[in-house]
Parts: sequence; C-alpha cells; structure tokens
Amino acid sequence: MARCLFEKIWQAHEVADLGDGVSLILVDRVLLHERTGPIALENLKTAGRPVANPGHVFCILDHIVDTLPGRGDATRVPGGTKFITALREAAGQAGLTLFDIGDPRQGITHVVSTEQGIALPGLTIVCPDSHTCTQGALGALAWGIGSSEAEHALATGTLRVDKPKTMRVTFGGALQSGVTAKDMILALIAKFSAAGARGHALEFAGEAVMGLDMEARMTLCNMAVEFGAFTGLIAPDQKTLDYVKGRPYAPGEGDYDRAVRAWGQLASDPGAKFDLEISLDATSFAPMVTWGTSPQQAMPVDGRVPDPGAENNEDQKSSMIRAQDYMALGPGTALTDLSIDGAFIGSCTNSRISDLRRAARILQGRKVAAGVRAICVPGSTRVKSQAEAEGLDRIFLDAGFEWRESGCSMCFFAGGESFGYRDRVVTSTNRNFESRQGPETRSHLASPETVAASAIEGRIADVRKYLSGAK
Amino acid sequence: MKRFEDITAVAAPLMRNNIDTDAIIPSREISGISKAGLGEALFAGWRYGEPGSRKPRADFILNRAEYADAQVLLAGENFGCGSSREHAVWALQEWGFRAVIAPSFGAIFYANCIQNGLLPVVLDRVAVAHLAELSAQNPDKNLLALSLSKQTVMAGGEEFGFSLSATHKKMLLTGQDQIALTLELRAQILEFQKKDRRNRPWAYLQA
Repeated sequence: MARCLFEKIWQAHEVADLGDGVSLILVDRVLLHERTGPIALENLKTAGRPVANPGHVFCILDHIVDTLPGRGDATRVPGGTKFITALREAAGQAGLTLFDIGDPRQGITHVVSTEQGIALPGLTIVCPDSHTCTQGALGALAWGIGSSEAEHALATGTLRVDKPKTMRVTFGGALQSGVTAKDMILALIAKFSAAGARGHALEFAGEAVMGLDMEARMTLCNMAVEFGAFTGLIAPDQKTLDYVKGRPYAPGEGDYDRAVRAWGQLASDPGAKFDLEISLDATSFAPMVTWGTSPQQAMPVDGRVPDPGAENNEDQKSSMIRAQDYMALGPGTALTDLSIDGAFIGSCTNSRISDLRRAARILQGRKVAAGVRAICVPGSTRVKSQAEAEGLDRIFLDAGFEWRESGCSMCFFAGGESFGYRDRVVTSTNRNFESRQGPETRSHLASPETVAASAIEGRIADVRKYLSGAK
Repeated sequence: MKRFEDITAVAAPLMRNNIDTDAIIPSREISGISKAGLGEALFAGWRYGEPGSRKPRADFILNRAEYADAQVLLAGENFGCGSSREHAVWALQEWGFRAVIAPSFGAIFYANCIQNGLLPVVLDRVAVAHLAELSAQNPDKNLLALSLSKQTVMAGGEEFGFSLSATHKKMLLTGQDQIALTLELRAQILEFQKKDRRNRPWAYLQA
C-alpha cells in the first residue's frame, strides 16, 4: 500500500501499538534548553531514574542566556542564572552533551541541531519547545512536547504518541523576487487560520517547496506549529543530502552510503493518501506582514488592514476588533504607512546565514532610520562567525544595527530583554502574540529582508523596490 | 500526576480565540525551576495594571469577586496555542482551575493538560458560547457540573456530552505514572533497538 513520508517514519519507530490510536514511538534525539529542560532532568533525578540513552540527548543554552557581547552566566531574566547553571550541572551529572556559553557549537536549539547534524533525515526528534518542527525540513519527524513528556523520553527513550492525521500542502509554481519561505507560510496560515492543520502531521511539497534551499525549508517547517500542525516535514532530496554530508554528528564514511540509500526511501509514494490535501499557487505570493496578534492576521505588504465589519463569523470579527485595538490600527490602514520603533532579525525562524545575507544585501550602504532600534541576533555562534568572515557584521553595524551573540533574544524576552512599552516592531520571528516581545509591544512578523527594508525607512516597507534597483 | 475528580463549580468565561501560552503565563513571570509559584502570574499581562505591577485590573474576569472560586475556564478556539511551556498548565492549576472548556486546543497544551490532570474539554463553539453566557448572567446560580466518567457538562439545566480518547480518560481518572508504565515495556524497547541498530547504525550515538 502506498505510504506517505510521515507514515514511513512512524512505522519505522513504532515499538508497540498501545491501542486507541496510541503508539510507543522510539525517540532518536532529545534536545533540551535551559528554560524547560532543567525541570525534566531534576524530576528524573528525584525519581531516581537514569537517562536511557545519554548519547542521544543534547543540552543547548539559548532561551535565557544574554546575547550581549562578552556575556557570562549573568542574565536579566529574573532568576535566570539558576536555569543556566542547573542545565549545566544536570547535563554533567547525567553525561549529556552540552553546548555551553562560549562553545562554538552554541546557538538556538533548532538552528544548532541541523547545523551539527544532530537532526538527520528519518530520525524522530523531540524537544520541550514548540518550534522543534523546524527540523522536519530534513525529512525528520520532529515535534514539540512539554517537560513531562521530555522526562518520559529521557527515561525510556520512547514516547506514547497519539497518532496524528496526515496532511499535504503543495505549493506549485515559483516564487517571485523578494518573496520567501516566510511569506509562503504566512500566506498559508492567513488563508487557512492558525488552527488549519490541527491534529495533522503536515508534509510540504511541490515545486516552490523543493525549489527552496535547506535553510528556507527550515523557515517553512518552523511555523508549521503556528498553523496548528503536529509537525511539518519535507521529503529529503539531493539538497538535503548535500546539506547533511560532513556535519559533526552525521553518518561518517562507514555508514554514509548506507544512510543515503535508506534516506532515498523517505518520500511519499505515488498515490499515497492524506487525510487532508491543499494546493496553492505560490507564483502570486507577495511579501507578507502580519497586522494583528495572531500569525493568521497577515496580508501582503502593499495591502490595507481588513474591516471587521465585513467579517461574517462573529468570533473572527471580535478577534479582529480586539487585535486592531491592540495594534493601534484600523480598517483601511496601509501597512506601509505604519512607522516603527524597532526592527529585529533573529530567532529559530529566520536567523541563518542565508537570512543574514539577504538582509545585508538590503542594508548595504544604507542607514537605519532615526529613532528605530535595530538588532540582529545570529541563530548560532557558527552563523555569527560565518557572517563575520563574510563581513556581514560590518554591514549590519554600519547600517546602525546592534550585532549580538547567539540566542533566542528578543523573540520573547529571552535574555530578559524586550522592546519598550507599546513599541511597534517589525520582526523576523514567528509569534506576534500580545506582549510577546515586550509590554504591549506591537509585533509585525515578516521576512528578514522586509525587516531590513523597514528598518531603513522607519516604517513597514515593501522590499521589492530595493530588489528592482529603484530607491 | 493528579487524578481528576468530578466537580461542580463556577465557570469563568474568557471568550477569546487563540489565547496563547505566553498570555497564560508570560515568559518574564517564570523565575524558578519549579511547577509551583506560577498561579500568581497567571494571565499576568491581562490581570494586572502596568507591566510588572501586581495591581489588579478591575475589568479582568478573574479579578471579579464572583469568579474568585472558579474551577472551570471557558475559552475560544485554539486555547493554549504557541509555546510548549508546561508552566501554562501548572499556572492554571495553581490558580484553582481543574478544567478548561474550549472549541479546540493547541496540541502541545492539550497533551500537557493530560500529563497533569487538568481536564481539557472540547465542546462546539455554540455550546461554549452558551455556557459562557449562562456564567456571565449569574455565575453562582449557573454552576457548571463536570463529570469525566460520564463525559458530560451540565449547566442551567442543560447537558452537553464531550468526547475524549479512552487512553486520556484513563490517565485522568487513575493519575497513573506513564513513565512507570512504559518502563514495564523496557525489554521490548531494548529488543526493538537491537534490531533497529543493525538497520540504522548512524542513528545511535555514544555519549
């Protein structure tokens, strides 16, 4: 019987069918960060349970660490230092690999995992963090869990999982200049709602997806959770193999060819059935920006804020009114008329080297508008080093951006920092929730190049005019 | 984990869609490696005045005296979406909630509820809106009776059935330790790994 990619990985990891749609699934990798990891490790220790497979567990500092140059264990997160030291100590006691402050492998968990070859095609990967789905870009089954389930995965090397339904979103066509994976996922969520993929393992497919480079695929899968999905994943292809080869934890000489043969099977069979299928033409997509407080409240950058009065669904209408009130905008407002106080490039969504290169291309020879606080936080220490080797840091600094150490940073008060009260911020992150980036901060999600263009103009900007040569 | 026992209690309506875990417990409010101490910060951004203050906002539902003893929260679509932080569940529980009723939930939040004995009840939006209206009219008179064994919600003389997987129901009713249950299957897991290791040696890393 024709099987889809998700089904193949699921079956290869099914230790036992526990009935009632639940299976005991073998977990190949457990990732822990200092916000949600220490409590799982401490509970295990209290219960006297050892970590089943210490070699499969990686501890990474990203959520609480400071991102200012010269950082140590000090952080402005209240009580934060003890999360850092607790993870370090627990990792040491349990014999787990730790990417500590100062380690060249440190960075945002979902950036580091693929970068180091910890995530590989066909693996099952869990982490007490909702953006674990990012790693599905390699053709892995990677999903976010809570701390209790992390404890279960650590203690048993497995998880009891309710089998999700299957879904495929096919993006046909090719993207136009200035349109990115970020715009694809925002367009998808805007059309089908933040709960559009609820309960489903979501495979992305189609010409526009396979045309993306690996880092852009990670951006796409990153926001599967913002679409309500159990996870997002993409079948591995030659780009995936090229990406994985030679990474520190990827299969070495002896196993590589065999692994590649196995990974060649990781594609949905022709005729595989999905519980839900959606097809979209990506050719018509434009750069997207959110106007509200949910990722589904997004629209093309050259659009005008919708009128709640035209919405028939009462729930949606009240959400729109509330969001417009919070965001201090109204029906008919042109996004490009909104002046901004902050610009942020970073997060597990858009902080990889290709993101920084595209943003730098816009910033080169230009200056951030007066009054705009602009910050760039590379996704990993390795991305930072690479960017510096290419001179990108100079471009960001000369334009007026702050250039930081790696971490989650102002995506959400990581490091204890946030934008100011009611600041309007254009951000390459994944969540525009109320007060996520600061007290009543008004966040507009967008691609890194849209953030860069907006920083220059001091208001939300259409990046396409910078790409066509016009100024 | 806590077992769920049937309750008859005040229900507090917070009928917004997409209430995310950042709203339930803001990151800046999580200051200890503990499940305790979070109830005070539940919905901090909405519940209190200026950022960082503890001055209650009179207009927020949980600050009203008639909802002080609420044990059920009524909410809109996609409740608990966003961050995986289990602190959202711990904060709701510490405040006093035993159940949340909504048309749908964020997947990780739902799983976290089951892990901790907080009952997530899915009812259609019309039913939730009706329960919210009853509560808004007279919270004390229209107490909500929630039975997990019967899978029913009763209020204002009306009864609504809800569905829940048999596995989740059993977990909530018994409070059984899932890790202990899985460790009973240890031999089977090791046997599976032994075979799997031959097929996928690259998946197995040494500490």
